[in-house]
Amino acid sequence: MKSISNADTRTLYFVAIIAILAPFILNPFPTDSGLAQFNAGYPDLMQRFAIYGILAIGFNILFGLTGYLSFGHAAFLGVGSYSAVWMFKLLSMNIIPAIILSVIVAGLFSLLIGFISLRRSGIYFSILTLAFAQMSFALAYSVLTPLTNGETGLQITLNDPRIFAAENVSGNLPVTSLFGMEMRDTWTLNLGAWDFQFNIGYYICAIFLLIAFYLSIRIFRSPFGMMLRAVKTNQTRLNYTGINTRPYTLAAFVISGMYAGLAGGLMASMDPLAGAERMQWTASGEIVLMTILGGTGTLLGPVMGAGFIKYFENIFSKINDTVLHGWFAWMPDGLENIIVWILHLFTGKGWHLTLGIMFMLIVIFLPGGLMEGMSRIGNWWKRRKGGDENTSDATSTPAE
Amino acid sequence: MGILDVQNVNKSFGGLKALHNVNLDIEEGKIHAIIGPNGAGKSTLLNCFVGKLMPDTGTVMFDGQSLLGIKPHEINQLGVSRVFQTPEIFSELTVWENTLIPCFAKRDGSFALHALSRVSDNKDMAEKAEKMLVDVDLINKKDMLASSMSRGDKRRLEMAMCLSQNPKLLLLDEPTAGMARADTQSTIELLKNIQKKLKITMVIIEHDMGVVFSLAQKISVLAQGTVIVEDVPEKIKGHPKVKEAYLGEAQV
Repeated sequence: MKSISNADTRTLYFVAIIAILAPFILNPFPTDSGLAQFNAGYPDLMQRFAIYGILAIGFNILFGLTGYLSFGHAAFLGVGSYSAVWMFKLLSMNIIPAIILSVIVAGLFSLLIGFISLRRSGIYFSILTLAFAQMSFALAYSVLTPLTNGETGLQITLNDPRIFAAENVSGNLPVTSLFGMEMRDTWTLNLGAWDFQFNIGYYICAIFLLIAFYLSIRIFRSPFGMMLRAVKTNQTRLNYTGINTRPYTLAAFVISGMYAGLAGGLMASMDPLAGAERMQWTASGEIVLMTILGGTGTLLGPVMGAGFIKYFENIFSKINDTVLHGWFAWMPDGLENIIVWILHLFTGKGWHLTLGIMFMLIVIFLPGGLMEGMSRIGNWWKRRKGGDENTSDATSTPAE
Repeated sequence: MGILDVQNVNKSFGGLKALHNVNLDIEEGKIHAIIGPNGAGKSTLLNCFVGKLMPDTGTVMFDGQSLLGIKPHEINQLGVSRVFQTPEIFSELTVWENTLIPCFAKRDGSFALHALSRVSDNKDMAEKAEKMLVDVDLINKKDMLASSMSRGDKRRLEMAMCLSQNPKLLLLDEPTAGMARADTQSTIELLKNIQKKLKITMVIIEHDMGVVFSLAQKISVLAQGTVIVEDVPEKIKGHPKVKEAYLGEAQV
């Protein structure tokens, strides 16, 4: 890792260790305990953490560095998913060609959209990307039905050609794999009351996440990355310094589009279907939320933001009234009903309300996102420790 | 013919004639000042040199090439740098990065996809930037955010950024505007030294007569969009036309 600095290498190792140990870290509660529903260490959710992490890292290369707020990134995610599913239909269930095609197609698609949208900046750029994404959504949803299978979504079937695959005699739908390793394969480790699940698909996603993260560190520290940050702060000076800003912003847009394509391809590789709703504006908005929540322009922030939102989406939405009544059964009936009625608004289907409040609190009090929160805690801790040393010095001096 | 040759430039904004048949001939290696009362068209003229404004008629030739109709970044790549009236710097970046960017722009041209090399691996760029920051006496502030510096420092940083590109022509739009007296003096010294050492052609637009007369080797006086006098500083000082144009606005 000579090519990146020590601090960055440490960050990379930190992310790698978290990713490898995720099945343990995300499963802190025994399987049969009441708190088990807060466990996030199951394959489906862990895969999503990694995939949305990749998506947010890529989005951050555009938004965090250049300040161009794309509101249509979900389109590239969707395009990536469709490309991957087509590969599963036509070639074989191996995920490598699927992922390669999804990155290429998303790259070309973002080149087209970026070329047009980047003629404007600020709010006009955001609106242009939003319009393109909604057009893509409409195309996928109805007009291009032969290609996307409309509102049902594109799925694999037994009748697909799959020219490189061995003949399917089992009569079951084939599953995605990497040279024989099936993505859904999960090995469970029973340790006392705990069950830890190790899933092939998750680890494939984690490897891609680490590659994506490493590349993003390289881009952040490169002359190219420095120019992108200069675009964000003063385009006039950059022009008068001999830099043509358009190709820089376009390159950043295409790179982040390819990241989104990779995420889409991985998503289809874990579960071989693609639907138009993946391209809808709410999905684009979610990417923006993840990045801002974690910390725009920081290396680690977007990954944290993605994990944070996906955790809340999956865990909070599972807490329904029955669960709430279970928790507060010890209270007198009237009080229990009132508490459950209040919390009902924030959990289950109302989890968006919780997310909204948290987002507001973070944007108001921590404009730098979760990363700013962490660095504040770090500083406070250092100061406290420093303070302790001073006081201990002060008390020890008279004793001498 | 000089390095910058301006002929019959006209520019109107609606009914207002901002520039009227302006002719200028900037000699290579000299400091040429353009002075004139407010609204004389000094900034408009400068904007015509850098691709920001397109004159209605006339020609602007730099080093044998027309500057009209090409973009600011292309003009810069030809060797023209500009210092703005209010410093245009990368305020959210450090002083060090501010100085590095022009060095990279000079070496790599208007676009280069060096996405996987490290900034700090480019030792030649670092040497150049460091030398430049030493020259303008900002080396001890190199890790500061540019936005947190004083106005005088920002101005010197901007100058360092322009000079690090070894421009053939440096355009300065009121380089001492809003500076403290001491800063103004040091800026004059800086510009004089640069001129002596690097022989860079400079065009200065200035209000401060003290600055103009201590720097310029030739002065053009612009009034109401046209050049009324062009001469060496000694002759400009007492020139009746100049006095008339300023009408007591400044003691010339």
